[in-house]
Amino acid sequence: MGRQLKFEIFRYNPERKGDVPHMQEFILDETPNMTLFIALNRLREEQDPSLVFDFCCRAGICGACAMVINGRPGLACQTKTKDQPGHIILHPLPVFKLVGDLSVDTGVWFREMYAKTESWVHTNKVFDPVKEEERMDNSVAEQIYELERCIECGCCISACGTARLRDDFMGAAALNRIARFVVDPRDERTDREYFEVIGNDNGIFGCMGLLACEDVCPKGLPLQNQLGFLRRKMGITAMKQIFRKK
Amino acid sequence: MQTFYSDLLVIGAGLSGERVACEAAQNGFKATCLSIVPARRSHSSAAQGGMQAALGNCAKGEGDNSDVHFIDTVKGSDWGCDQEVARLFADAAPIEMRRLAAWGVPWNRVVPGQSFYFKGGEKFEKYEKEENEGLITARSFGGTAKWRTCYTSDGTGHAVMCTMDNRCAQLGIDVFDKKEAISLIHDGDKCMGAVVRDLRNGQLEVHLAKATAICTGGFGRIYKATTNAVICDGAGHILAHETGLVPIGNPESIQFHPTGIVPTDILVTEGCRGDGGTLLDVNEERFMHIYEPEKAELASRDVVSRRMTEHMRAGKGVKSPYGEHLWLDIRHLGDKHISTKLREVDEICHHFLGIDPRTQLIPVRPTQHYTMAGIRTNKDGAVYGLKGLYSAGEAACWDMHGFNRLGGNSLAETVVAGGIIGAKIVEFLKGYETTFDTKSINAEVKRQEERIHDVTHGRNGKLNVYEVRNEMQEALMKGCFVFRNKEGLEECVETLHGTMEKARKVGLVSDGVGANHELAAAMKLEGQVRLAMCIAQAALMRTESRGSHNREDFPERNDAEWLNRTLAYWPEGADMPDLQYEDTTPLFELPPGDRGYGGGKIIPADEKYVTERTVKSPVTEIGKKK
Ligand SMILES: Cc1cc2nc3c(=O)[nH]c(=O)nc-3n(C[C@H](O)[C@H](O)[C@H](O)COP(=O)(O)OP(=O)(O)OC[C@H]3O[C@@H](n4cnc5c(N)ncnc54)[C@H](O)[C@@H]3O)c2cc1C
Ligand code: SF4
Ligand code: SF4
Ligand code: FES
Repeated sequence: MGRQLKFEIFRYNPERKGDVPHMQEFILDETPNMTLFIALNRLREEQDPSLVFDFCCRAGICGACAMVINGRPGLACQTKTKDQPGHIILHPLPVFKLVGDLSVDTGVWFREMYAKTESWVHTNKVFDPVKEEERMDNSVAEQIYELERCIECGCCISACGTARLRDDFMGAAALNRIARFVVDPRDERTDREYFEVIGNDNGIFGCMGLLACEDVCPKGLPLQNQLGFLRRKMGITAMKQIFRKK
Repeated sequence: MQTFYSDLLVIGAGLSGERVACEAAQNGFKATCLSIVPARRSHSSAAQGGMQAALGNCAKGEGDNSDVHFIDTVKGSDWGCDQEVARLFADAAPIEMRRLAAWGVPWNRVVPGQSFYFKGGEKFEKYEKEENEGLITARSFGGTAKWRTCYTSDGTGHAVMCTMDNRCAQLGIDVFDKKEAISLIHDGDKCMGAVVRDLRNGQLEVHLAKATAICTGGFGRIYKATTNAVICDGAGHILAHETGLVPIGNPESIQFHPTGIVPTDILVTEGCRGDGGTLLDVNEERFMHIYEPEKAELASRDVVSRRMTEHMRAGKGVKSPYGEHLWLDIRHLGDKHISTKLREVDEICHHFLGIDPRTQLIPVRPTQHYTMAGIRTNKDGAVYGLKGLYSAGEAACWDMHGFNRLGGNSLAETVVAGGIIGAKIVEFLKGYETTFDTKSINAEVKRQEERIHDVTHGRNGKLNVYEVRNEMQEALMKGCFVFRNKEGLEECVETLHGTMEKARKVGLVSDGVGANHELAAAMKLEGQVRLAMCIAQAALMRTESRGSHNREDFPERNDAEWLNRTLAYWPEGADMPDLQYEDTTPLFELPPGDRGYGGGKIIPADEKYVTERTVKSPVTEIGKKK
């Protein structure tokens, strides 16, 4: 039969008086096709119901279950125990506020990001229900979708050196979000307007380009390309502004 | 304790909830959405296939219109839907898709020229017209006469959810996540809002509003095997049902899907079978052709699920630590097909099973998939029984799905119903002022505080929350699944009686402090058992087979006696639901007929009853022409 797995899990409940952060050990028999979703639920249901962690879709679609798995941010639901050593160490994602144990508050972080990036199509057109839809090239639609595949799991932010050092760094997910609207012909914002949002050290110029973000993105988003694309575009916009000022 | 006020409180921030909120906010009202998870993680984002709307832009959708969509929907429902609602839906769907395009959804568009598509493993050719270039295109889905399913690559739900959530941010709607509504505040006549538990710290809050909308999605998680997210646990239904005033519509109407993977019941697409995949048993032998000589693996969702269950009952299932299952075999489709046409299946096999479907078999079993059952509303989305309470989306029984919903119709329903019902809520808010009486509010908060205290301290008993929940899930799997019969259902009801007793006696093992999950599970357990009991009892009483409700002992669809909708009330202090019935639809645009698939005899309704209610409409003729 299968192995006996040893789990070492970060524990801390900020609401419990006198609790201090510590690691706790659990032992579990491995079963075929076991994922961390199955393992963690079994630990909670059979061994310690106070264990806090997040899952939602359990199918790698929603981004709820990101955590640091043996040192690397990833989605717990699509991590198979058989691909891990017999000793599995789990920590919550850094950067985000800790809710308890393995659960962090990505919701508030991302809401603030929507506000900063004004994450919606900016247009003056008013929708007319009796008119045919505006046409769009299918390849453009697909390009937009490719950038919209982010599931807001937060892995990229957690892996990012700059984000760990600076609270106000927007991170790869936010910059990718801007890129999504830049390629969308429906959004009428100008490069200058985008520049105001990301043309600074909290945005594109704070990125050190080490690309830990792309390495950990479970959706394989082309973060590297997008950062490069924005850096070039914003570089040009910056130049234009300097010349305009003169 | 914190108290929040708004004009409209939306419980649930999936597509339906956020769409309702947008409508209110656009009309100048303050709307608040609550969600257990950040809005974009809502289950709406899991839908990959697409949403139906009769735009008729693509070649295979030519000639499509809302009449044809209406007919498909009514047939699909096995004449169990409200036809006024199906009509509202079909007419509004195209406008709503265009609206989504304007808001930012990157719909796939028509590309002119020649292209190919597959059907049952065979290759066909089609030509898209030059003049339609760039319009929203559509793909094919089961049960529809035309290609009508709008999509964005393999992530329709995700893309639409992103756009909707962006729209909420733009309109300044408060969308709070990690908030779980645990009970409604009402005075027996009108709804005033909800008591909410903050899932960050465990604190209770009060959210007051002139109108409240429950948009909490389905409740698949009361079954052991389900394709639904872990948060689809019926909490929203329980809030409404628990008041004793609100009925659950058609609780027996639950849809099952034949191919959820084992152990986690993640859905693998019907496309596998469509393209020539086969089902194998413990001996790695095919069996579908024995039961369904003509269609074999290609029979409809319900039929395949039934046959698989039958075969496992006959001892031909594969035993596993997670229960019995069968195999799905797509090895013979070859590398090229699997890595292009079935890429998503390939990825699921890789990520969740660690197998290669080119050389290995996929473990599958029938799995709960969708709840046509829901909080009963009228065609305005107003919930029966309480003023100021609305419901939309999968949580509701608005009733455009009847006894079986068509693929692509539910995601479309979330936004279409959200728009229609949102507009009705706006009408309501415009002419409505109210006062919130502190007596009802305080009493409700106190009641919840006591419940939490009791269960945390084991005041009522110390039974294990998860064990009792398992008992309920298993009872449903055994007696109230794909196949139903008198014996099995009676046993199920009997078991659930015992489970109900136990649910009242659970006590926490942990201390329940903070973002504790055990407490959340304990708080809704009794309500879940009530829902389970409604399903079983309603299924026992409905002595016919209609859509997904299949009685082995009553194989006919009996329009003479059962052309009606179950309303399951739960009177205060009762141990059983009080079942009442109402007419399925106030009028027929399309009189009852044959669905055209699934077989089975129909016992016709009284002719006079049907003619009296049949209205003149263009649909009858189109229906004949088809
Ligand atoms: C695997 C899968 C694939 C599917 N594919 C398709 C498809 O291709 N086409 C199609 O038409 N349909 C599809 N469906 C069905 C469709 O996705 C759902 O019916 C639809 O998305 C439901 O949307 P909703 O807005 O009603 O609810 P959901 O999107 O489920 O949202 C529910 C919301 O309620 C919140 N909530 C729940 N309880 C509470 C509470 N107590 N307090 C506060 N908030 C709460 C949740 O956090 C969430 O925000 C699929 C379903 C599944 C399971
Ligand atoms: S490339 Fe930039 S955004 Fe990505 S991890 Fe490095 S610093 Fe962060
Ligand atoms: S960009 Fe990738 S890693 Fe970052 S939040 Fe989105 S999906 Fe996660
Ligand atoms: S639970 Fe949704 S991605 Fe893991």
